Amino acid sequence: MKPKVVFVLASFVALALYPLVAASFGIDLITKVMIFSIVALSLELLVGGTGLVCFGQAAFFGIGAYVAVLLSPQDGPASVAWLLPAAMLAAAGYAMAVGALSLRTRGVYFIMVTLAFAQMAYYVVHDTPLGGGTDGIYLMMKPVLGERIDLDRPIILYFFTLFALILVFGFLSLLLRSRFGRALAGIRVNEQRMRATGFETYPYKLAAFTISGAIAGLGGFLFAVKDGFVNPELMSWHFSGSVLIMVILGGIGHLRGALIGAFAFAFLQEVFQSEAIFGAFAKHWHLGLGLAIIASVATLPNGLVGLPAQIRDRLIGRSSRRAQAEGMRG
Amino acid sequence: MSLTTFLIQCLNSLQYGLLLFLVASGLTLIFGIMGVINLAHGSFYMIGAYMAFALSPIVATTLGGGFFSVLMVGVVLAILLGYALEWIFYSYLYEREHLQQVLMTYGLILVFEELRSLLVGDDVHGVQAPEILSGTLPLGDLMTYPVYRIFISAVCMVLALGMYLVFTRTRLGMMIRAGSANREMVQSLGIDIQFLYRVVFAAGVALAAFAGMVAAPVSSVYPGMGGSVLIICFVVVVIGGIGSIRGALLAALLIGFVDTFGKVLLPQAAGVLVYVLMAVILLWKPDGLFKAG
Repeated sequence: MKPKVVFVLASFVALALYPLVAASFGIDLITKVMIFSIVALSLELLVGGTGLVCFGQAAFFGIGAYVAVLLSPQDGPASVAWLLPAAMLAAAGYAMAVGALSLRTRGVYFIMVTLAFAQMAYYVVHDTPLGGGTDGIYLMMKPVLGERIDLDRPIILYFFTLFALILVFGFLSLLLRSRFGRALAGIRVNEQRMRATGFETYPYKLAAFTISGAIAGLGGFLFAVKDGFVNPELMSWHFSGSVLIMVILGGIGHLRGALIGAFAFAFLQEVFQSEAIFGAFAKHWHLGLGLAIIASVATLPNGLVGLPAQIRDRLIGRSSRRAQAEGMRG
Repeated sequence: MSLTTFLIQCLNSLQYGLLLFLVASGLTLIFGIMGVINLAHGSFYMIGAYMAFALSPIVATTLGGGFFSVLMVGVVLAILLGYALEWIFYSYLYEREHLQQVLMTYGLILVFEELRSLLVGDDVHGVQAPEILSGTLPLGDLMTYPVYRIFISAVCMVLALGMYLVFTRTRLGMMIRAGSANREMVQSLGIDIQFLYRVVFAAGVALAAFAGMVAAPVSSVYPGMGGSVLIICFVVVVIGGIGSIRGALLAALLIGFVDTFGKVLLPQAAGVLVYVLMAVILLWKPDGLFKAG
């Protein structure tokens, strides 16, 4: 087996065994990080898979969360069997509309336009009474699946999230290996040439964008169920920025990069927020996080996934030659 | 809507649009010439506003003079800040991908916000308009209009005119236009492109900070003001066309009018209208109204 397959399998096994040793705080934290991993994976399909830098993932995430809460009936628990598809469909629908418009632009325009459309969704829930305004709304009855699976219990939600994460990971790795995924990779490397080969690239990009929105909506659904509460801050552009950081920090072009990035980001956040280490200064944890991000841009061009190779090259002293070779390819 | 209200809203739209133009023109210049997407640009606006608040007691005791000396000191500080930032951070970003530019400038936002919180705190502050400009002008029989807002519009117009003259009539402007069209060619003609970049970047920072300072008495000073301005400025740049100063001016005025009248006529949808405008323009002209170069 390849080392990277071993790494991914070992991570999932570790996550499955974690509840044996964890307290309830740990379960909650890791559930949250796994949800962020799902959202990071959805963005990795766009950034690493297709070469589209989307700065609006928070909108799809937030729409998934809001739909989960708004469609839940007041008098009894909803069934996951229809509530989850509804949340994902709504997020995918918005992603399709945004994608149809923003994919007309490219490069830096695309970054700005996706950000602006995400902000539009933010203002819709922020300013209108539709979603409870700035106060947000509570999810009174958490959804269930059959008799056994009640997502109100943290441990069940933990395993449900892990299951969803594994499914998303498996789905995306198959998708990227398929003919469709190959076409996306072609678009990333050279869209002009793909067109010349006879590919209509727009539908491919729109499909990737829509799938990504649906997966981010899945993340939003899980997050709303976990917290039992949604507010407009779920859609704030800082969340889009954080997800982008997870993907880049982990390493673009690898699905496991999104996983590593989400966990590394959560780790950094916990460290900088920890009062045991930073004392009263922990309140200003954004400062440390911002400096860590800047340092990672300067020192980790290939993200954490590329770190072992980077260290190896440094030790053997091949880094200059390797860098030259990469420069020629790029 | 009576004629007077209409007139007042027009003046408000003009003032808001021109202020947006000051911030967005720096953003579009930095992108057009240096090829850097600068998410931290909103932070410079925020820094300017906080300078207007925090510097005034310091300036009053050391230099004397009121709001206008604060403006002068603030602009000088902003230019120094821009020059230093270009040197320390941004000069590494030119050859990098957009993604890394996004990441580093996002990191800078977090750093600036926290430094602001450490130095000044997280409270909302008001800033006094200067004495001479604190009066009102009568409009019609019942309405009045604050002089300070007219002052903002006038100053912004003077600056916009100044920018136009620098761009079209001076050697520096010629170099900047040439630099945005073809970087390598300008360099091979013996022009110090590094210096040119620093000047443009420092000017962009100074414009954004100046906008923040003059806006402070009207909008008050609060955490998070940088983020909202940044996103609206992106919309301005997308509508106007990246790198086009003319486009930025037109788009900023357009947004000023849509936003101001939206808030009066359709208060529930006001936040969304600007983005709808952007969507419509993207359908019609995906590269913005004026595409530069």
